[in-house]
Amino acid sequence: MAKGLVFVGLGLSGIGGMTVDGLEALRACDRIYAEFYTSKLIDTDLSELAEAIGKELTPVTREQVEEGRFIVLEAKKSRVGFVAAGDTMAATTHLDLRIQAAEEGVPIEIHHGISVFSAVPSALGLQPYKFGRTVTLPFLEDGYHPRSPYDNILENKLRGLHSMVLLDIREDESRYMTAKQALEWLFEGEVKWQGGLINDDTLVCVASNVGSRSERLTAGYAGEMLKRRDLGDPLSTLVLPGTLHFMEAYSLVTFAGAPEELID
Amino acid sequence: MGRKTENIRKAVQIMATPQYIRNIGTAAHIDHGKTTFSDNLIAGAGMMSEDLAGKQRMLDFDEQESARGITINAANASMVHKYGGKEYLINLIDTPGHVDFGGDVTRAMRALDGVFILACAVEGIMPQTETVIRQALKERVRPLLFINKVDRMINELQVTPQMMMDKFVKIVTEFNRRINEILPAPLNKEWQVNIEQGTVAFGSAYRNWAVSVPYMKKSGISFKEVYEYCNADNEKELAKKSPLHEVALQMVIEHVPDPLQAQKYRIKNIWKGDLDSKIGKSMLSCDPKGDVSLMINKIVMDPHAGEVAIGRLFSGTVVKGQILHISGMPTPQRVQTVSLSVGADRIAVESCAAGNIVSVTGLKDAIAGSTVSTLQDMEPFERMAHYSEPVVTKAIEAKHMKDLPKLVEVLRTLAKADPSLSVEINNETGEHLLSGMGELHLEITEYRITNEQGVEVVSSPPIVVYQEGVKKANANPFEGKSPNKHNRFYFLVEPLEEGVVEAIHKGEIDPDAKIRDEKAMAKMLAELGMDKDDASGITAFKNTNVLLDCTKGIQYLHETMELVKQAFDEAMVRGPLAAEKCSGVKVKLMDAKLHEDTIHRGPAQVIPAVRDGIYGAMCQAQRILLEPMQKTFISVPQDYMGDAISLVNQRRGTIIEMGQEDVNATVEAECPVSEMFGFASAVRGATQGRALWSTENSGFQQIPAELQDKTVREIRVRKGMNPEPYDEKYYAGA
Ligand SMILES: Nc1nc2c(ncn2[C@@H]2O[C@H](COP(=O)(O)OP(=O)(O)OP(=O)(O)O)[C@@H](O)[C@H]2O)c(=O)[nH]1
Ligand SMILES: [Mg+2]
Repeated sequence: MAKGLVFVGLGLSGIGGMTVDGLEALRACDRIYAEFYTSKLIDTDLSELAEAIGKELTPVTREQVEEGRFIVLEAKKSRVGFVAAGDTMAATTHLDLRIQAAEEGVPIEIHHGISVFSAVPSALGLQPYKFGRTVTLPFLEDGYHPRSPYDNILENKLRGLHSMVLLDIREDESRYMTAKQALEWLFEGEVKWQGGLINDDTLVCVASNVGSRSERLTAGYAGEMLKRRDLGDPLSTLVLPGTLHFMEAYSLVTFAGAPEELID
Repeated sequence: MGRKTENIRKAVQIMATPQYIRNIGTAAHIDHGKTTFSDNLIAGAGMMSEDLAGKQRMLDFDEQESARGITINAANASMVHKYGGKEYLINLIDTPGHVDFGGDVTRAMRALDGVFILACAVEGIMPQTETVIRQALKERVRPLLFINKVDRMINELQVTPQMMMDKFVKIVTEFNRRINEILPAPLNKEWQVNIEQGTVAFGSAYRNWAVSVPYMKKSGISFKEVYEYCNADNEKELAKKSPLHEVALQMVIEHVPDPLQAQKYRIKNIWKGDLDSKIGKSMLSCDPKGDVSLMINKIVMDPHAGEVAIGRLFSGTVVKGQILHISGMPTPQRVQTVSLSVGADRIAVESCAAGNIVSVTGLKDAIAGSTVSTLQDMEPFERMAHYSEPVVTKAIEAKHMKDLPKLVEVLRTLAKADPSLSVEINNETGEHLLSGMGELHLEITEYRITNEQGVEVVSSPPIVVYQEGVKKANANPFEGKSPNKHNRFYFLVEPLEEGVVEAIHKGEIDPDAKIRDEKAMAKMLAELGMDKDDASGITAFKNTNVLLDCTKGIQYLHETMELVKQAFDEAMVRGPLAAEKCSGVKVKLMDAKLHEDTIHRGPAQVIPAVRDGIYGAMCQAQRILLEPMQKTFISVPQDYMGDAISLVNQRRGTIIEMGQEDVNATVEAECPVSEMFGFASAVRGATQGRALWSTENSGFQQIPAELQDKTVREIRVRKGMNPEPYDEKYYAGA
């Protein structure tokens, strides 16, 4: 394919996080755009990536991607790569770009990347079948105090399902929500909405920098977890487990240091 | 001890006995003699020599007021008068007559229980007279009628006694007709004024005399003798036998309710809290021992004392050092001084009791309209609805770099003290926008900035403030997309029902208040002519525009609604044509599609989507530009009538009515404000100074279609925008 748009998910960390096919596909590109406002690169940077691929990468802002047209137009004439951390079509959703390209008859290639969507359950040993809706906790803003994350986690819980809770990333402001802030978010929600979602004795797991050298997994009771300082740095993902299968309980104790009493 | 201090010493003794207090004001068409009239009362209380009364115009103490011979600021005077062997404390507020300062009149009314409406015997009831009657009645302030400048009528117009009486009767009848129309029964009958009962008096404020039927019994001076005294040029003696201040005082004491009586019926009209609560009862009974409830009606900037808050104390006692809460403001503040005013002077007192008008310093966060209380969470008073939309703007900037920060500070303070002034600060360009009620209003504000605050400024010539609206409804909902394309909002817009716009103008709907009871609001809107289903979606007001949510059961819309409102606000403050304010637009949200995840539907996504959706819908519904209009009343000798009319025609004016008033011809016309700059000298020239004229802002009207594009382009260029407004395609994001 000499012309077209090539999506490559960079995976979770380093330059080795993408697939070999993905790397080859990028090497054949005339130009590569890189988007990091929805997630950030762990254990590597743009210049290291550029060196590994053998091509310069052009970072793009959110507005540029949302405008999007110039990327599609360029892909009509040349082979354009588009990379993002994780998977380009999962949490970061560049679906609009893909649709625009398809509508314009631009050939498309997708190289899937490893995403927290699969890595977090795997790392903690939780079964992916048992997750309910995924939610994101946003930093609160003037006029934007959504309640739905709280409600959706609660709904999962009532159905015995695990909840994966993604945390807000403001790459442009260098602000990343920490696990502690996320727990506080939920506790404050509890005070406001009183649905019985969380208290000091609720089991919670934190997966920090999953799939990287600094990966850290912790699990424990929310009251205790709030006091701990070893939950790892952002990027973090929070998991509120639903009903645990005994194998899942073993995993959390073994791999994330959950209290022994979970087993029996 | 000066006379004023002596006066206040006596006032303090009376202050705690409300039966002996009266809170009164003056209000009238411009130049009908309010300030001259006030002089008489001040002199009658011994605070000015009687010779100066009527000449000094003590309450026009501001430099610009004396220079221009008009009142700009409502001013207070507390004074002690003797009547029937008893001493009374009269708190007087003299209000301005020029339309640019109409806001001060509305706000002063809140503090009063009775008001002298003055009408010039020659000019009679003028448009502004009608406006002030309306303002008084809305606040349930009892109006008394004073027909002034009778000397002029007799001396200049050479009327016969019969003609004089006929004219009086005509004015009284017209006055009563308005009261009858405006007030509900039975008050509309009870508050009619009546010559026999002494709720009407006649006189000359300038010559210090007046007559009323009850006072005739004492003085023996009848209308016939008035006529003779005037003709014999012996008004000095008339003033001795029948002095204005005594006649007026009798009217006040006999017919204006004291605060005890007045608060019984006024409170429920101006305060919507629970009347059975402690503070409610305390205000109804004007209890000096109750919690403090003080309604601020005016902020005065004093070069020494700083911001002085003046208001009516409805309950409790204000004491120096007391801690008071200001509605809507987080930090309580300490009362630094308490004083009573006599014009420019404020005389400190230890405390002031319920039922009075008082000046307080230390309340830094207070603005005109603030409710001040010892209670932290007192239900605030109703907003004082003076729906005034600024019609002219000037761009101003500091002349010297060093003054940049100071100018911003000065503008902020001025805006705080003058609620009719709207200030837009632009720190980036340093060019700020000053919008107000008229040329004079801005001219005086600019004068203050330069001469009183010492900041030299450069300003643009005044320009008209425009508004934007829509002509019709768009046929199908217009889709606004978020930048990430994952969220879509669908809008219909159309002109808002006249009835609703009017209710907002009249203050029956307060667009700035939180909608507390949506059902009740929906019912009210339906009664004002809005479709019932539409009305049930009432979500927000912005100026005279409404946002209706016509969707049902859309997931996550609820937690997105605040953002939708923010975007609606933004769109209504900056319209799509020329970034002018929108007015009379009904925005209906018909449908929405939202992304599952909170992150993909935050402010950065929703606000542009909604704004584009509304703008696009407005394009489809045909955007129109509205310009401010002015009613112009001209009275000229017959010979100049033709000149006056052609002057109106040259200025895109429409003649509404022509008539005859005594020997003069009268024209009532409506002209765009943009054409009225410089009108004063034009009429003077055209009629050799023989025209009497006045204007009144009369709202906004669609600009003639052939002028719209050109005007839009001019505004945009002036604002540094691309000359062509965006079209519907642009907002569709195609
Ligand atoms: N002949 C005559 N002139 C009067 C009388 N009362 C006031 N004037 C004159 O009318 C002019 C306006 O008087 P003001 O007292 O300033 O009128 P005002 O109503 O306070 O004016 P604004 O506050 O500016 O609306 C002055 O020149 C007065 O001297 C009167 O009874 N007879
Ligand atoms: Mg005056």
